[in-house]
This record gives sequence, structure tokens and C-alpha cells, in this order.
Amino acid sequence: MQSVWTLLSWGPDGWSDNIFNGVLVTIALAIATLPVGLAIGFLIALAKQSKEPSLRLAGNVYTTIFRGLPELLTLFLVFFGAQIVLQKIVQFFNPTGTIEVNAFVSGMIALGVVFSSYASEVFLSAFRAIPHGQYEGGYAVGLNKSQTMRLVVLPQLIRIALPGLANLWLILLKDTALVSAVGLNDILRETGVAARVTKHAFLFFGYAALIYLVLAIISSFGINAIERAVGRREASR
Amino acid sequence: MSAADIAAVEKPPEPPRGWTKARITGHVLLALWALLGLGLAWFLASSWNPELIQKYAPGYLSGIVVTLKLVAISCVIGALLSIPIAYMRMSKNTVLSGIAYAYVYFFRGTPLLAQTFLIYYGLGSFRPQLEMVGLWSFFREAFNCAVFAFALNTAAYQAEILRGAIESVPKGQWEGAASLGLHKLQTLRRIILPQALIVALRPYGNEVILMIKGSAIVAIITVYDLMGITRLTYSRTFDFQAYIWAAIFYLIMVEVLRHAIEWIEQRITRHLRR
Repeated sequence: MQSVWTLLSWGPDGWSDNIFNGVLVTIALAIATLPVGLAIGFLIALAKQSKEPSLRLAGNVYTTIFRGLPELLTLFLVFFGAQIVLQKIVQFFNPTGTIEVNAFVSGMIALGVVFSSYASEVFLSAFRAIPHGQYEGGYAVGLNKSQTMRLVVLPQLIRIALPGLANLWLILLKDTALVSAVGLNDILRETGVAARVTKHAFLFFGYAALIYLVLAIISSFGINAIERAVGRREASR
Repeated sequence: MSAADIAAVEKPPEPPRGWTKARITGHVLLALWALLGLGLAWFLASSWNPELIQKYAPGYLSGIVVTLKLVAISCVIGALLSIPIAYMRMSKNTVLSGIAYAYVYFFRGTPLLAQTFLIYYGLGSFRPQLEMVGLWSFFREAFNCAVFAFALNTAAYQAEILRGAIESVPKGQWEGAASLGLHKLQTLRRIILPQALIVALRPYGNEVILMIKGSAIVAIITVYDLMGITRLTYSRTFDFQAYIWAAIFYLIMVEVLRHAIEWIEQRITRHLRR
């Protein structure tokens, strides 16, 4: 019987090096998803606050679908669905060709889609918190629409949306655990392998939970730093 | 000249709605959604197979029942657990509030999937001890483990909702009730909770929706809920419509719940509208 500390050590008998690779995969996935989700979420929010009813409806359909589906189901829909669609396309050109869908990319798409539908709601409520006079003031000093958006509205929008987005980041970090179900070697999958091999399931899954907790704590330090930086800019105005 | 005529004269005509960029984009996007919807409908219609439906439809029905049962049981247990946790969290005793804070932080800071694994696979490490106290037969069932994990998880979230709602009631309400001679429990039941629950309704509804969506992960620990049945069907038939049907059923469940909550909120906030 090996001791617990040997199992958790680095090196040939320990599992920490494998698990550390899993940590890197989890962080990489979360960081790769974030800009995609933010960009799509912002565009959806723009659509939902526009005066054009058809644009609003299109945005609302998007959020209704992707906020209503379980994240795991979205992931499977992307993973298997993309496989089938791409296979059809490849076979159209080359009847014997096959294609494998990357688990990382499908995880990124699925989590990004879910993240963006929640982020659009955060951005939308931030848009509503900005008084109409800000736009009118921007136009009055001769800025055009995109300049007003970029120079006047966006800096205030980010400040208002930041707490909500920080919350979504923590949710995203937790949701990355789902990609272990489509075979990506993230924290949970690596600890799962270790648990199966060593039969110390409670130890390793507890270890995984602690790693997620540490990531959340580090994130909240980072979020606090960003909030302080953004808040200072406001105070010095 | 009657009032209606004056209004008709003075109202300026509607400005013409030209084909602006936004309008074109909106119509294109809507057309894409419509195409997607029609494509899905066509896919489902073209792969319609009565034999297959007859074989797997009962499974889907039982999957939906399992999902709803899992969510209902764990939400009720979680609600009961959340009361003492919220009480500890709000107490002035630092040890008590510290324990409650740590509990809430752990369950909100780690993925539900990791918690479920920790309980389903992890408790197997303590089999002798569990057998000794006679709980092993309970934790051997994947469904029971899932209920246990989900109840602990949702208790943490619900405790925070409860705490936030109670703290949203102004302190003067407590003082006013105390000056009328109501004791604490009476104040809580007759004054505070009726006001707090209005605030809490929407977050509670969101929590139930999150639980329905989160419950899909029990498919990974071999519970045959809606997602589990879907995976089973797909692994047997390799027919992608298995996932489409699951998506439709989940969307229906979530949308029905969302509209029900909105309706309840409209009803119970009637006295606040003017």
C-alpha cells in the first residue's frame, strides 16, 4: 500500500504531473473560450437592444435555445453533430475520406455558445443602465455611431457588466469539467484515471475539487484586481 | 370636430421604415433560424421510423420522469438543508458562520460533476465503514448518490438565495415587529418571509432550471435520466435524432418552468404595481 503522499507526489509513482497537465488543459480551454463567448455575447446583446424587431427576435431565439439546453447536451450536439456534418462534407468531395472532430474545439464552441447566451443578458442589462443622454451627448459633440459606442458607451458598459461577467467566468471554469465526458484530458479526467488505477477514488476526486477551488480563489483575486483598476479610473475622473 | 378627429389630425404620420442595415441583418438572421428549424423538421420527418419510435419512446418518457423526480427530490431536500445553513451563515457566532461560509464556498466553487464523482466513486473507498452503519445499500445506487450530491449542492445555492432575500428586507421591519411585541419566530413568519420570498422567487426559479439542466450529468454515472436514455439510444442506433429529441424535451421543460415562474411573479407582485 503506497502512502497518500507518494500518490500525490511528482515523479514516477505520483500522479501530480499528469494532473498538472489536466490543469493546463482546463485553463487553456477556459481562456480560449472567454474571448469567443464575450464577442458573440456582445453582438447578441447589440441585436437584442436594437430598435429592429426582427433583429431582437433573432437574438432572443439564440438565448432561449442555448440557455434552455443542458450544457452537457449542447456539448454532445456539437461534438457528434459537427462530426456528422463534417463527415458529409468531406465525403461529398472524397468518398473514402474520414474526419475526426477535435474534443478541444467542440468544447470551446459548446462552452462559448452557452457563455455568450448568458453574457448577452449581462451586457443587455448593462446597456439598459446607461442613460440615453450618453448617446445623445456623443452625437452632439460630433461623434458618429461607432465612435460613440467605442469611446462613450463601451467604457461605462464594461464597468457595469464586470461583476456579472466575473460570475460567468467562474461558471465557465466549472463547466469545463464537462469536456471530460467527450474525452479531453482535463483535470477531472486525469484524476479519474488516477482514481481508477490506484483505487483511491475519494482522495483523487477530492484533490480535483480542491484544484477547482484553488482556481476559483485565484480567479477571484484577479477579478478583484481588475475591478479595483476599473474603479480607480472612475474615481480619478 | 370631435376629440378623435383632432387626434387624427395632429398625430404625425409614421416615418417610413426603409431597409436599413439592421433590418436586413435581422431578416437574414431570422431566415437562417427558420432554415435551421425547417432543416431539423425535415431531418426528423425524413428519419421518422415508427418501429424505432415505438421501441425507444417509452424509454424517453421514463427518462423524463427520472429527471423530474431527481430534481424534485433534491430541490426539496436542499431547501430543507438550506434553512439551517442560511441561519448559521447569518449568525453572529464567527465559528458557525465560518463553517457555513466554507460549506457554501466549497459547493459553489467546484463543478457539480466533480462533486457527483466524489460521492459516487469516492464513497466506495469507505465501503467497510458504510456497511457497518448500514448505509452502503443506499449509496450503492447511482440514483441515490446523485440525489445526495445534488441536494448538498443546491442547499448551498439556496442558502445564499435565502440569506440574500432575508437581508434585502429593511431592518426597520424587524424593529417595527419587535415594538409590536412579536417574538423573533413570529416576525420571521408573518413579516419578513412574505416580503423576502417575493425577492427570492426569481432566483429560486433559476436554481430549479439550473438543476434541471445540471441533472443531465447524472447520465455519466449511469443513471438513466433523459440524457442517459439519449446516450443509450444513440449508442445503439447511431441515429442523431436521439439527441435532437432530447434537446426538444429539455427545452420544453425549461420553457414551461420559466413561464410558470413569470406567471407566479406577476400574481404575487400585483400589490406592488400601480
